[in-house]
Amino acid sequence: MTLLHVDGLAKSFGLVVTARSVSFHVAPGEALGIVGPNGAGKSTLLNLVTGAQPVDAGTIRFDGADITRMPAARRTALGIGRTFQIPRPFEGLTVFENVLVGSTFGAGARRKEADEQAWQALETADLTHLANTPAGSLRLLDRKRLELARALATQPRLLLLDEIAGGLTEHELPALIETISAIRDGGTGVVWIEHIVHALLQVVDRLMCLAQGDVVATGDPREVMASDAVAAVYLGSPDLESDTP
Amino acid sequence: MDWINAVLQGLLLGGQYALLACGLSLIFGVMRIVNLAHGVLAVASAYLALWLVQQTGMPSFLTLLVVIPVLAAVGYAIQRGLFNPALRHGELSPLLVSFGLAVIGANLLQEVFTADSRKISIGTLSTSSVELGGLRLGVFSLLTLVVAVGVIVGLQLYLSHTRIGRAMRATKDDPEAATLMGIDERHMYALATAIAVGTVALAGVFLGMSTQFSPTYGDLVLIFAFEAVIIGGLGSLWGTLLGGLVLGVAQTVGAQVDPAYGVLAGHLVFLVVLLFRPQGLLPKAVAA
Repeated sequence: MTLLHVDGLAKSFGLVVTARSVSFHVAPGEALGIVGPNGAGKSTLLNLVTGAQPVDAGTIRFDGADITRMPAARRTALGIGRTFQIPRPFEGLTVFENVLVGSTFGAGARRKEADEQAWQALETADLTHLANTPAGSLRLLDRKRLELARALATQPRLLLLDEIAGGLTEHELPALIETISAIRDGGTGVVWIEHIVHALLQVVDRLMCLAQGDVVATGDPREVMASDAVAAVYLGSPDLESDTP
Repeated sequence: MDWINAVLQGLLLGGQYALLACGLSLIFGVMRIVNLAHGVLAVASAYLALWLVQQTGMPSFLTLLVVIPVLAAVGYAIQRGLFNPALRHGELSPLLVSFGLAVIGANLLQEVFTADSRKISIGTLSTSSVELGGLRLGVFSLLTLVVAVGVIVGLQLYLSHTRIGRAMRATKDDPEAATLMGIDERHMYALATAIAVGTVALAGVFLGMSTQFSPTYGDLVLIFAFEAVIIGGLGSLWGTLLGGLVLGVAQTVGAQVDPAYGVLAGHLVFLVVLLFRPQGLLPKAVAA
């Protein structure tokens, strides 16, 4: 059973191809990692899945239904949540209000139920101590946490993470890895774009490598990272030996 | 005593300006759209109220129950049908669309109602006054000020504490992130405009009760409302209240110096604020 099924997705901006014919799938409770050099089309792929940008070709199916042309807000309501690489909190709202917007409109919860779901999302992201702080005054780590909390508050069945570990210190990573693993183990499908490969490998069940809009390799995370094709993408030649994990 | 009187009358006049301006302030605050059709919508509301009074004989104040919902619906339709599509082509497009709307609106009003000046009758209320320490304050002006403060406080509470209000503030901060929270940005914008134009309707009917108006009177309304918003600080409703009061006081105090200087003094204060405090008097007071 698949939760998200993407087939033959294509997207170009003028002559720049950000997705040529990308296909992949994610099951409930499964985590798919996506790696690839800058400009590989990773973030664009998430934009296509959430509906922030229209696709040129291909189909996106969520829970069996074709959502390729569905407006973004309705996809959220169906259960697709997303975090931004560069956090984009609603700066004029408090941390709690940020999350409450997600539980109210994304999950369709009312009053007390919405409050509880919002609070739960803050607990998961370890942000309860900052609930009444204006979101505009948060530091980077807390902004990242808020991205996660806000997405969780919409009660996603599929969670799309865009470099959520980027910019965090080694010391801050284990807690994040644990949180994401727990979300996945709770039955949520996870798609995680990340440059910090060792963090990614601790969580994901499968790994996909993108380069210039093409899927270079997909499969077992360690095998993908060890493959010649992926080494070529990062190092420019399949003959060179890679010492990255 | 004359000066104190001028200031007091200015505050009352400022209530009318604040009431007229808060819709402009809200639309700019949420969507960054400067709605140049603002004045025409206010005058059109006054005409609609007048027409209702003439056709049905309904009491003047009762027309608000019809005019406000009708104009709110018009506001919703304008946003969905015109401003939302225009927003896709950059920030200048809605400005131009609203300008076109203002021109069309004023000419339509002229076609239907002729260029004659009109006024909505409110009987003895327009001349009754209360005495305060030797000064006479118009009851209707006082009522306008109270309504203005009430509308702005109400809008502020609505934005701060309701789910739709929070969603409007979120959409204002980041429309794309808001859609990821499940908010339909086009609907939210349209609701904001509906509320804003609803307040314009209220302000327009009050205007029509206090002064002679004609189809082109909207130009003046737009200028005063715009000045109140800029003096107070863009996007801040408390600022708009303050801006309206400052503008009103400037006009009456200026008129006290010389009856011909009233409006000019208001423009000068506006200019001084633009030069020395372009962010306005209360720019960050609220997140509206």
